[in-house]
Formats: sequence, C-alpha cells, structure tokens
Amino acid sequence: MSFASPMIQEPASVPEPAVAAKVAARHVNVHYGEKHALKDVSVDIPARAVTSFIGPSGCGKSTFLRCINRMNDTIPICRVTGEITIDGKDIYDPRLDVVLLRARVGMVFQKPNPFPKSIYENVAYGPRLHGMAKNKTELDEIVVNSLKRASLFEEVKDRLNDPGTGLSGGQQQRLCIARAIAVSPEVILMDEPCSALDPIATAKIEELIDELRSNFTIVIVTHSMQQAARVSQRTAFFHLGSLVEEGSTEQIFTNPKDKRTQDYITGRFG
Amino acid sequence: MTGLYYALMVALALGAYFLVRARAAALANGQTLHSRPNYHGLLAAAQVILPMILIHFAGSVLAARFVEQQALAAMDPALLTDELRRGAAFREIREFAIGRGAANATQALQAGAAMYAYLSALTNWAVLGLGLAVGIAMALFSLRSISSEFRARNRFERVVRYLLMACATVAVITTIGIVFSVLFETFRFFQKVSPIDFLFGTHWSPQTAIRADQVGSSGSFGMVPLLVGTLLISTIAILVAGPIGLFAAIYMAEYASPKFRAWAKPILEILAGIPTVVLGFFAALTVAPMIREVGTALGLGVASESALAAGLVMGIMIVPFVSSLSDDVITAVPQSLRDGSYGMGATRSETITKVVLPAALPGIVSAFMLAISRAVGETMIVVMAAGLAANLSFNPLDAVTTFTVQIKTILVGDQEFDSAKTLAAFALGFVLFFFTLTLNVIALAIVRKYREQYD
Repeated sequence: MSFASPMIQEPASVPEPAVAAKVAARHVNVHYGEKHALKDVSVDIPARAVTSFIGPSGCGKSTFLRCINRMNDTIPICRVTGEITIDGKDIYDPRLDVVLLRARVGMVFQKPNPFPKSIYENVAYGPRLHGMAKNKTELDEIVVNSLKRASLFEEVKDRLNDPGTGLSGGQQQRLCIARAIAVSPEVILMDEPCSALDPIATAKIEELIDELRSNFTIVIVTHSMQQAARVSQRTAFFHLGSLVEEGSTEQIFTNPKDKRTQDYITGRFG
Repeated sequence: MTGLYYALMVALALGAYFLVRARAAALANGQTLHSRPNYHGLLAAAQVILPMILIHFAGSVLAARFVEQQALAAMDPALLTDELRRGAAFREIREFAIGRGAANATQALQAGAAMYAYLSALTNWAVLGLGLAVGIAMALFSLRSISSEFRARNRFERVVRYLLMACATVAVITTIGIVFSVLFETFRFFQKVSPIDFLFGTHWSPQTAIRADQVGSSGSFGMVPLLVGTLLISTIAILVAGPIGLFAAIYMAEYASPKFRAWAKPILEILAGIPTVVLGFFAALTVAPMIREVGTALGLGVASESALAAGLVMGIMIVPFVSSLSDDVITAVPQSLRDGSYGMGATRSETITKVVLPAALPGIVSAFMLAISRAVGETMIVVMAAGLAANLSFNPLDAVTTFTVQIKTILVGDQEFDSAKTLAAFALGFVLFFFTLTLNVIALAIVRKYREQYD
C-alpha cells in the first residue's frame, strides 16, 4: 500500500499548526518512578473534532490522555515535564487550579464507574460541585439535557431516582458521559470507553461520540482500529512511549508514513 | 492410657494411609482408577480415626459410670442417700486408691478402693482393646474396598463435609445452650421478683436477707439505673470513639503517605491489644482524678468515680475497632469511583464526603455497631472507673453502674445459688444479651438495606 519509510528514531517533529489546535502538547515526557513512560510527545488536538490515540498496550496513549486533565497528579510517583496548553494557556502552570481544569476537561473511563447514587444524582454531581445551577429547576434542566445529549434520557426518564449502578454496562457508560458533559466541558477525554461493552452498546456510544463532536473536542484512546477509523477525524499512533505518527485518520489508515504504523494497522503486531 | 490410645490410633491411621495409598497406586499401574491413590489413603485414615475417637469417648463415659457404681456398692448404703454424699464418697475412694487417702481407712473404703483400682484398669484395657480391634478392622476393610471404580474421592469429600458440619453444629449448639441456660435462670428469677419491678423499677439494691432478723436488706431489683448507666457510658464512649476512629480511618485511608500508614496502623492495632484491665486502672488512677481536678477547678461537683472517666477510656478502647474496620471499608471503595470524582473536578475532600463515604457507609455503620456492642459488654473499665453506686442519673459526672459491673459484683465471692440476688445476675445477663443482639440485628439490617443501593 505504501512505501516503506526509513525507521528513524528521532523525536517526533513539532507539527505545523495547520489545524486550529484546542490542545497543544510540546515535548511532553512522563516518568513513573524510574520508568520513562512517555517520550517527548508533541501533538496538536483540533477543536470540535474527534482525535483518537491508537497503539499497542503499554505504549503510553492512556498516560498521555491522563496528562491532558492532570489525572496523573493523583499518582504520587508520576512526574510530567514539557508543556501542554489548552487555548494557549499552560495547564501545568502552578497558578492554575487543577480542579477548575478538570471541570473544563471531562473524562470517561475504561470501565463504567457511576457513583453509588441515583441516576439523577450521578449527573447532578458535577453541576452541584461547581455551583452551576441556582435552583432545583435549573439543576433539573441540566440533568435532563445532559441525559438527552448522552442519548440516555428516553431509557431512564421514569427511573431517575433508581441507582445508577443498576443500569446495564452500556447505559452506565452513557450515564458517565452524561455526567461528564453536565459540567459543559470543552474537552472530553475517553479512555477506551467501549472496552467493557458489547458490540451493540459500543455502536451506541460511537454514534453518541459522533454527535458530541459538534460541541466538544473529544480525545479517545482505543484498542480497536476499526473504532478509531469509524469515529475519529484525526489519529495518533503511539509505540513504546513515543508518538510515531499523527495525521488525518484517512491518511493514517490508507497511507501511513511510518513503517511501524503500517505494521500496526495491518495487524502485524500489537 | 489416653496418650497410649491416641498414639496407637495415629500410628494405625498413618499405617492405613500409606498401605492403602501404595495398594491403590499399584492398582493404578494397570488401569485407570476413579480416585487418585491419595484419596484412597485419606479415606482409610479417616475410617480408622473417626470410629476410634467415638469408641474412646463413649467407652470412657460408660466405663466411668460403671466403675463408680461398682466401687460405691462396697460402701454402706446408709451413707449414700443423695447425690452429694455419693459424690463425696466416690471422691474419697478415688483419693484412697491413688494413695492420697487417709491412713485410717475403714474396711468398706478399702474394699471400694480395691474395686475401683481393679475395675478402672480393666475398663481402660477393654476400651483400648475394643478401639484397636475396630481400628484394625476398619483398616482391613479399607484395604479390601480398593478397586478401580471405588469412589474414594467422593466418600472422603463426604467425610470432610460431615466434619465441617459437626464443627458448625458445635458452635451453634453452644450458643443455643448458653442462651437457654441464661433463659431458665432468668425464669427462676422472675418467680421471685416480678418482671415489671425488674424492668421498670428505678431502685437497684440487690441485697436479700440472709437471716430472718436482718435489717435493711429487703432487696430491690429495678434495672432502670443500670440501663441508664450502661447507656450513658456507652454513649460517651461512642461519642469519643466515633469521630476519632472515623476521622483517623479517613486520614489513614485517603491522606496518609504509605510510610506514615506503615507505622501508624500497627500502633493503632496495639491499642486494640491493650488488656481492658490495664485500661481500667488507667481510667481509675489517671483519668478519673484528672477529671475530678478539672471539674473542681471549674466549680463542678465531680465524683471520684464518674461515668465520664469510664466512658472516655472506653471510647479510647473502641477507637481501634471503629478505625480499623472503617479503614478497611474505605480502602475497599474502588479507585475508579475516586477517579470518576476527580475527573469531574472534585477536590479530595469533596470526593471523600460525596463519593467515598457514602459508598463505604454500610461498612462504617457496622463498624460502629460492633464498637457499641463492645462498649456495652465491657466490664473491667467500668468496674474500676465508674463505681458501684446504682444512681439513676444522666449526669456524666456522677458515679453510675452498668449491667456488667452488677453481674460481676453479684457473682464474685460466696453466694447462695437460689437467692434472688444471685439469680438477678442471669436476668441482667439476659437483658444485656438481648441488648447487644438487637444492636447486631439493627446493624445487619442497615448494612443490608444500603448494600442494595451501594454496590
């Protein structure tokens, strides 16, 4: 399909600012104790589009994702260097409140993790935390809207006070997405959101991601290359802690520049 | 003799195990066995051990009864009119037989002792012989039943199942037995004292007249002062231990560095290991005088033994129960829930109060209930620090008394077993038991109710 490109191990070059970058990372390195988990990653993530991170297990894609909302801060041995900006502002600036950052950068996890509370309370959690609703009517509105945007409302409208943990896996994951969008974040990070779900639930989530793209900047980590091809506009391939190649999804899947990318997407390893 | 019996039993069982296993293994060379040789061996050993233990127990009991009867037959029947005299006579015979008796033994005593010595040796050997015979028979039976289809594995599983069932039964029957023995004595108490007076009476003074002309010992058995004292001290204890234990647990589970946790947790567990009698004299000699001094300085009248002193120290005692169990349940809350909360932009304390604690609530409630049960049943600290005076008082600075203290006071020393005073201990014990049982049932119900929601 493509011509073998030379196997050069030089640091990924700084991408040209062709797209309007929402999130920009420059020379990001992550160490877990002694382990160098992420090596000199520079990438631009465009606004209002889906960017997917693919690569074999342990390649650093989730680690990088967790840098974008500083979730790695909760791991004591983790050390992050380099620069990540959102709308040009450095998110590792010591003056920046990580709590406010996470309100702007929502996250959906690999395993659905609804809180042991009612469906309503799960979605209302963030707005309550950040004082986004002045009264019950406003809160109700936020909850209903978020559930609607997560395509869950029709299924749960009669049992908003039932525990969120009683839903099916796919519904739980959509509840988590509703919870994340309830605080109106600008960026939503999804860490393998469908890996614990069956194909039908996965299809629903993918459909939902496609709808959400008009309002949010979405970054998704996935093990499924078909999923990356289906839902994302841009794709970045990680391997052994480095960003090997990044480009439009079409280009990555039809005309990869790097031999390793080609090997991975053709299923030769990973 | 017992030692010899069990040594022989073990030897026989080991022999049966190895022999049968080897036979089965030899058989396995030619064909496929249903059960592996090891199971054949284990089954053989079990078939030797269980009947032999049974024979020893049953044989010993029967033999002892027979020997006693025969030995006493030599004595003058006029002296053996009731159970107590028979027991005394038999003890005399036994003492004499093993050479510790009086030198001036009567003819009858000597005859009884001779009979005793002869028969006990005889029955001992008989039991040994019977046990050995059965053991050997069982071993031979096991050897003969080896075959390729023999389901030794399933049979051994069944033996194990019955053994486990027997252990569970012993635990349950013991509990039931204790409850009933307390219950019967409580009924005897209620024949002497009306239940209404006991349950609702506000005066506790468990003195009954020993002589008819004694003054001031009418006896009054109203348990309300004890109930109030128990509740007062337990409430103080849980007010101390609840916040300290829970907050310590939250700190340990959520904030403490692994290094701090590594040495702080064992120290907290040492606190749980301090004998309550040590805590008791700490309460009586250090805490109570301190409270008295502080109270006097503030112009309050404080008894030298006060509910506050006992409650404070008891609170310290149950801190490890609350903190250790709460720590476990808080740590067991999945990290994914915390991540979810952090990912929403919650701070650590918001995550703890809004997500972690609600998820851990059932466990925390049961930790509290367990701690309260401990506090209600605790005796030593209250004996030393709270006093004996059965005051009906809600003032934590007064001396009060509890169920446990009164039970202990009633049953220590000489007592008549059929007096209302002694029997009152059983009634108190029953009320106490009912009390802790209710607490446990409530705890279980709470846990069950919330587990449906939070899991």
